[in-house]
Amino acid sequence: MIKVFSKEKWRGALYGFLALIIFWYILSLILKLPIIPSPVAVFINIIQIFKSEIAVHVFYSLGRILKGIAISIMLGVPLGFIMGYFEKVDKILSPLMYFSYPIPKIALLPIIMVLFGLGEASKLIMIVLIIIFQIIITSRDTVKDIPQGTFYSLQSLGASKLQVFTEIIIPASLSEVLTATRLALGTAISILFFTETFGTEYGMGYFIMDSWMRVNYLDMYSGIIVLSFMGFCLFILIDIAENYVCSWR
Amino acid sequence: MIKIRDLSVKYHGKNNETLALDKLSVDIGAGDIYTFIGPSGCGKSTLLYVLSGILNDYTGNVSIDGRNIDPKTKRIGLILQHYGLLPWKNVYQNVLLGVKIKKDKQGLDEYSHYILKKLEIDTLLDRYPKELSGGQQQRVAIARAFILKPDLLLMDEPFSALDAITREKMQELFLEIWQQNRVTTVFITHSVDEALYLGSKIVVLSPAPGKVKKILENRCFQLDNLRTRDEYYAMSMQLREIVSSKG
Ligand SMILES: Nc1ncnc2c1ncn2[C@@H]1O[C@H](COP(=O)(O)OP(=O)(O)OP(=O)(O)O)[C@@H](O)[C@H]1O
Ligand SMILES: [Mg+2]
Repeated sequence: MIKVFSKEKWRGALYGFLALIIFWYILSLILKLPIIPSPVAVFINIIQIFKSEIAVHVFYSLGRILKGIAISIMLGVPLGFIMGYFEKVDKILSPLMYFSYPIPKIALLPIIMVLFGLGEASKLIMIVLIIIFQIIITSRDTVKDIPQGTFYSLQSLGASKLQVFTEIIIPASLSEVLTATRLALGTAISILFFTETFGTEYGMGYFIMDSWMRVNYLDMYSGIIVLSFMGFCLFILIDIAENYVCSWR
Repeated sequence: MIKIRDLSVKYHGKNNETLALDKLSVDIGAGDIYTFIGPSGCGKSTLLYVLSGILNDYTGNVSIDGRNIDPKTKRIGLILQHYGLLPWKNVYQNVLLGVKIKKDKQGLDEYSHYILKKLEIDTLLDRYPKELSGGQQQRVAIARAFILKPDLLLMDEPFSALDAITREKMQELFLEIWQQNRVTTVFITHSVDEALYLGSKIVVLSPAPGKVKKILENRCFQLDNLRTRDEYYAMSMQLREIVSSKG
C-alpha cells in the first residue's frame, strides 16, 4: 500500500517536472527574449559550471538549512513535548505562542540583523524562527492527542518519566514532527534565499542575485534550478524518513 | 494479601460526575484466584486501574501486604480490557515491554518461547498490532503479562475476544501457569462459566456504582471434569441467581 503510493508520487513528480520544462521550452521559443533562455541551454550551463562555480554555494546553503532544521528540532521538539505533557507549562507558554505565531517572522529581520549582525548567526536565527513554531505546536498537540489509555500499560509497570518519553511520547509524535518540518521547509528555503542576498558571498541566494546583476541569465536560471532541486531533495528525504518511522501505521 | 476497604472512585467528567465504585470492601488472599463478575459499567475495570496504580484519585484504603500499591516495586502483570498494546511496537517488542521496563535481561528465554507457542502467536512476532485480529492482539497482551512473571496478576476479561475452543485452551494454560507459581490473581469476567472454572473465590458486584453483592467460596474450583459434574451445575444456578437478583 505504502509502496504503491510512493511510486505514484514519484511518477506525479516526474510528469510535473516534464510538463514544466516543455512549457518553459515552448515559451522560450515563442518569446525569444534573453530573460527566458532555453531550458536546454540552462541544463548544459549547469553541467559546465556546477563543479567550478555552483557547488560551493550549494554547500553553504545546504549547511544553513540543515543546521536550521537541526536546531529547530533539538529545541522545538523537547519544548513541545514538555508543553504537551505538563499542563502547567503549557498554560504559561501557550498564550506567548499564540501571540507570536501570526507575526510574519521575516518582518523581524531588521531587528535580528541589528542585534546579531549581517553574518551567519542572523541567517540561522531567521530559519529557526520560521520552522520552530510549527515544530513546537505540532509536538505539543500530538502529545496532547495521545489517548490516556496508551499510558496505562507503562503506568502499571511502574515506568519512569524518561521511559514514558522514550517508549510512548517520542514514537507517537515522530512522524507528525517530520511532517511539520517538511511543510515548514518551503518557507525556510524562501527565507534562506532572502537572507543570502546580503552579508555573504556564498549561498544560492547570493549566486542567483549576483548572476542577475551581471545580467548572466543562464547562470541565474542555473541557480534557480539547482536551488529548487536542493529543496526537492530535502523534501523527498524527509518524506522517506517519515515513511520509515511510521511503518507501523 | 490485598486489603480493599471502603474503596470509592468518582470520575470527574466535563459537566457530570460518575460514581464508579461505592465503598467496595474485599480481601484477596495471597496465592488465590478471585474472579469478579458484575454487569457492564459497574466499575470492574476501574477496580483494576486502582489495583495497578494507574488511578490514584480514590477514597478508602487499598494495601498489598500492608503496603500502599507501588507498581515500581511490585511486578504487576496487567491485561487491559482493550489490550493496551503500543501501536508502534511489533509483537516481539510489545511482548517484551514488561521485562524491558523492569530492566530484566532482554530477549526471549525458554519460558517465553513456551508461552508464545502455547498462545499461538510465535509466528506473528514481526507484525504490528494493526495487522492482528482482535483475538491475536488479546493473546499478545496475555503473553506480555505472563512473560513478566508477575507477583500480582490483574486480568480484565482477558479471553473475551477468543472463540470458544481457543478460550478453553487459554483457560487451561492460565491454570497451568498459576499452579506453578500460585500468583495472586484478580480475574474479571462476564461469564458465569468462566468465573466458576477459574476462581477459587467469586466476587459478585452490584450494578453501578459497584459494591460487593456477595463473595462466594467456589466449591467446584479445580475439580476434575468440572463441567460435567452436578456440583458445577448447582453452583452455576446459584451464581446466576445472585448475579441477576435485585438488591
Ligand atoms: N474516564 C471516565 N470518565 C467518566 N466516567 C467514566 C470513565 N471511565 C469509566 N467511567 C464510568 O465509570 C463506570 C465504571 O466503568 P468501568 O469501565 O469500570 O466499568 P466495567 O465494569 O469495567 O464495564 P464493562 O464490563 O463494560 O467493561 C461506568 O459507568 C463508566 O461510564
Ligand atoms: Mg471493563
